[in-house]
Amino acid sequence: MTAASPPISSAPPVATEAGHSLWSDAWHRLRGNRLAVFGGGVLLLLTVLCVVGPWFSHYTYNEQELSNAFAPPGSAHWLGTDQHGRDLLVRILYGGRISLGVGLCATLVALSIGVVYGAISGYAGNKTDALMMRFVDILYALPFTIFVILLMVFLGRNIVLLFVAIGAVEWLTMARIVRGQVQSLKKMEFIEAARALGYSPRRIIFRHLLPNLLGPVIVYATLTIPSVMLLEAFLGFLGLGVQPPMSSWGTLIKDGADKMEEYWWLLVFPGSLFSLTLLSLNFLGDGLRDALDVRAAKD
Amino acid sequence: MLRFVVRRLLQLIPVLFVIVTLTFFMVRFVPGGPFTAEKAVSPEILKNLNAHYGLDQPLWRQYLSYLGHLVQGDFGPSFKFTNRTVNEIIAAKLPVSLELGGLALGVALVVGLPLGILAAARRNTWLDYLCTATGLIGICVPTFVLGPILALVFGIYLRWFNVSGWEYADDRVLPSLTLGFVYAAYLMRLTRGGLLEVLNLDFIRTARAKGASEVRIIFRHALHGGLAPVVSFLGPAIAGILTGSFIIETIFQIPGLGREFVTSATNRDYTLVVGLVVLYATLIVVMNLVVDVVQVWLNPKLRFE
Repeated sequence: MTAASPPISSAPPVATEAGHSLWSDAWHRLRGNRLAVFGGGVLLLLTVLCVVGPWFSHYTYNEQELSNAFAPPGSAHWLGTDQHGRDLLVRILYGGRISLGVGLCATLVALSIGVVYGAISGYAGNKTDALMMRFVDILYALPFTIFVILLMVFLGRNIVLLFVAIGAVEWLTMARIVRGQVQSLKKMEFIEAARALGYSPRRIIFRHLLPNLLGPVIVYATLTIPSVMLLEAFLGFLGLGVQPPMSSWGTLIKDGADKMEEYWWLLVFPGSLFSLTLLSLNFLGDGLRDALDVRAAKD
Repeated sequence: MLRFVVRRLLQLIPVLFVIVTLTFFMVRFVPGGPFTAEKAVSPEILKNLNAHYGLDQPLWRQYLSYLGHLVQGDFGPSFKFTNRTVNEIIAAKLPVSLELGGLALGVALVVGLPLGILAAARRNTWLDYLCTATGLIGICVPTFVLGPILALVFGIYLRWFNVSGWEYADDRVLPSLTLGFVYAAYLMRLTRGGLLEVLNLDFIRTARAKGASEVRIIFRHALHGGLAPVVSFLGPAIAGILTGSFIIETIFQIPGLGREFVTSATNRDYTLVVGLVVLYATLIVVMNLVVDVVQVWLNPKLRFE
């Protein structure tokens, strides 16, 4: 090791020149990727807009103005109003808080379960591994719609439980990826050294293995967020997501689809914003994958 | 090979057993029952209903008797559709979903594969960018946005196709396109990615050096290996696509099986839920087996593992 230590202590033990850790290299590569920068920028902008935007508006998401129902986009209501005369722009921003929030939180839930499960399975190996992976295979064979619905009914219609329900069905692929990585990592010498030093499996997994898994985990998490958001929107479409008068992008799209024949803006604006978000997440995820040079998450 | 297939099919039995058990008890632990409706039935009727369907028995006995019927291929009576068995419901609705799924799959293959090959062969040209962009749109515009938009433009403004029902050939166009487009997008991306990976390998360079034409290189040399990720994706995707899509069937008013996956769970129609889960899981396991066989056929190296 050179005198200049890498800025992030968890960086894998790679031969470093002065100040060039794996992470700063990856950061440079990511910044050179125009699509990824675009994706990251759009996401940042949307998040800020959704969090801050509603504070600067005269309207609220549930304030009705029945005399002004179905107003087309104009100077008073930039994106028009819905059947109760509520401002669509503000409702989309509030909905964005829910959709982006669910996307992030449910992904964190899925990530935690998947990483811990996969790491244990991969590190344990042998019979434990076979059994744990069999269980994942079985869960893969279940139709997740039925299970999310049952979970939602069982847990109640609560926004926090929505994260849990979605996270509970989205962790499988993460577990598989992490397991595969751990299997190849645990044969490496630094793990053998840790074992020779008498560290507990728990310490080895959390201190030595997991930091080296960050690359694939970050990449796959970025690619999980879109599928989590799609699932949330799907639940909203079923009426199982957030309850009125609150809105998420899924419920707004559903309402818009019902009325699109006369009032196109109710579908087009939330729909295109949702698609733009998914697009940005995909750009960012692809960019991260190339920057961190991760092959595991390729398909 | 035959031994491999038979062994895998035998493994299906314990897998299905675990799935049936898991689902059976899970639905029972969800609050509410098939007879809790908005209009409450009187306690006497409820008691009779429960007795009629054996719901007053202890749970373990219900479970054993259900297993007994299941082994004989009998999924039991539906709790919500009176006088109809789960077998009848599946027999009535599965063909619709199979047809829709088959058509969508056709769209996906016809659009996705050629575009993916084209994009890989003309890498980093405007053709590639066009294909990749279209693929991204397919992935980022969910069916519940695409479906209504297609219905609006081609059904209501242009009046080319019908937007609801499942009777005439006309009715099939928009739902198949909507459902197929999403899968086409995934297929396109996977085909392109898989092919590009193979096209970088040494044996392709050798083929080029020997003067093989670009067409021959792709179809004769690269496609075999490049299709591996596509096949892995297609297996489970086919199982999903054939058992119906709730969203497509709702938007276009199609009497398929996909809607039952949702309504059976919200209705607590115990037998129908377990029946559908068993159907889906069987299809998934079988399709994964098919994937493994096809992978070995595509890549003889795997035969030794």
